[in-house]
Amino acid sequence: MNSKKWRLNMPDKNYEPKIVAFFCNWCTYTASDLAGVSRLKYAPNVKVIRIMCSGRVDPQFILQAFASGADGVLIGGCHPGDCHYSEGNYKMLRRFRLLKRMLHSLGIDDERFRLEWISASEGEKVKTVINDMVEKLKVLGPLSIPKQINILDEELKEISEEHSEPLTAREELSHV
Amino acid sequence: MSDKPKLAFYWCASCGGCEESVVDLAEDILMVAGAVDIIFWPVAMDFKKNDVEAMEDGSIFAAMINGAIRTSEQEEMARLIRRKSKVVIAYGSCAHMGGIPSLANEFTRSQIMEYMYQEAPSVVNPEKTRPMLSFKHNSQNVTLPEIRNLVRTLDQVIDVDYYLPGCPPTPKLLKQAVLTLLSGEFPPKGTVLSPDEALCEECPRKESKPSDLSFTHFYRPHEILIDKTKCLLSQGVVCMGPSTRAGCEALCISGNMPCSGCFGPTSRVRDQGAKMLSSLCSNISENDETGIDKILDGIPDPVGTFYRYGLATSLLRKKITEDV
Ligand code: SF4
Ligand code: SF4
Ligand code: FES
Repeated sequence: MNSKKWRLNMPDKNYEPKIVAFFCNWCTYTASDLAGVSRLKYAPNVKVIRIMCSGRVDPQFILQAFASGADGVLIGGCHPGDCHYSEGNYKMLRRFRLLKRMLHSLGIDDERFRLEWISASEGEKVKTVINDMVEKLKVLGPLSIPKQINILDEELKEISEEHSEPLTAREELSHV
Repeated sequence: MSDKPKLAFYWCASCGGCEESVVDLAEDILMVAGAVDIIFWPVAMDFKKNDVEAMEDGSIFAAMINGAIRTSEQEEMARLIRRKSKVVIAYGSCAHMGGIPSLANEFTRSQIMEYMYQEAPSVVNPEKTRPMLSFKHNSQNVTLPEIRNLVRTLDQVIDVDYYLPGCPPTPKLLKQAVLTLLSGEFPPKGTVLSPDEALCEECPRKESKPSDLSFTHFYRPHEILIDKTKCLLSQGVVCMGPSTRAGCEALCISGNMPCSGCFGPTSRVRDQGAKMLSSLCSNISENDETGIDKILDGIPDPVGTFYRYGLATSLLRKKITEDV
């Protein structure tokens, strides 16, 4: 067997983690607005996606974010008992618990996937959570799933697309 | 040779069950054999790669390729057959979604080699011999295909026209597919040749599926006496029916076993496992972490449960590792 080894995560001092955040419109999204208005500084590493309720976050969105190159995924919803649609945040919590186990067995560190309850008035908490997550992801280094798949797909190029020369009968025999 | 349309079958990383399903056509195989010429079928007929290479490009009407793609040889054969065929059909779960072989994507190639040639209880290999890609024997070069770092679906390696799902596809679906193709009315490219609705729709136990499921415990089939008349989910058995495509006519459920998802998702779902996980979890009866976790202990292997036939085609495709 050829034993090519690719080291995926070259250490890089300037590495900035990319976080995809799904924030509930009624609480965490408003809180992140408040954080902005109050000029609280949080790390610029987050792409915030506004959703109507944390219960609307389909686990496919989370996997898609990782598969598209996110280093972490953060979900923000209303505190237990406060969901505008009564049960949405509980649904999210249940999915989160199982997804976390599944991601763990697929080699994705626990720190990369986080669920937080942040009410509309907790601008400060948005800031602490994001800054904390960025720090932790910096320690872990890039996840780079698309890069990993690209590297692995290099092996598909080893056989040329050209017509392979037909083997002579003798060669074919020797193959078995 | 006659001018009947030419049909080819080929196998890659598979168990042989797909070949068996072709034989299971029983007397219908005569109907198929009457309408087409089978010009390549390594499991049953003596044609060689040379014979395929000698054919004109595009001269095979349809090729059914089963099995995941796992070795350099399978890549080469898949590309060769692609070039020679008008229509390529990914036949069975492994070609369609990676199948059970793609659960190997939970490990690296070196871990697999280490286990198979060293650690497995039945192996004695003090010299630590590993398969070599080539060596000289009587001054001739003898070669072996290379195992790749990733198990892939057929469409991750070549262009695929249609998919026949199932582990294995049922003879009924195969017959329908052949008749459809022979009729000359081709469905849109990329079609999965099975009804685009959830398995529950054709399940005989559908009536007993509650609209408000509430899980207090998950059981694996050997942990509970399953009531033959009631929806498996209503009994706390993980049945993939809601996130699996119909077409098998609920075969496993007829055998009093839950669906494990071999037909893959419907066209509206991208990731079958995530979808199933989502709908199961939404209906867990607890609201706090400890309670939820206790119920989830009933699903000890989420990857093997939700991606049993489709890790290669899932959004993440593999376990993330530092080295490959
Ligand atoms: S969940 Fe399973 S047993 Fe229940 S209706 Fe659907 S396919 Fe049938
Ligand atoms: S019931 Fe599910 S696992 Fe069984 S054959 Fe049908 S699709 Fe496949
Ligand atoms: S409305 Fe905020 S979590 Fe449901």
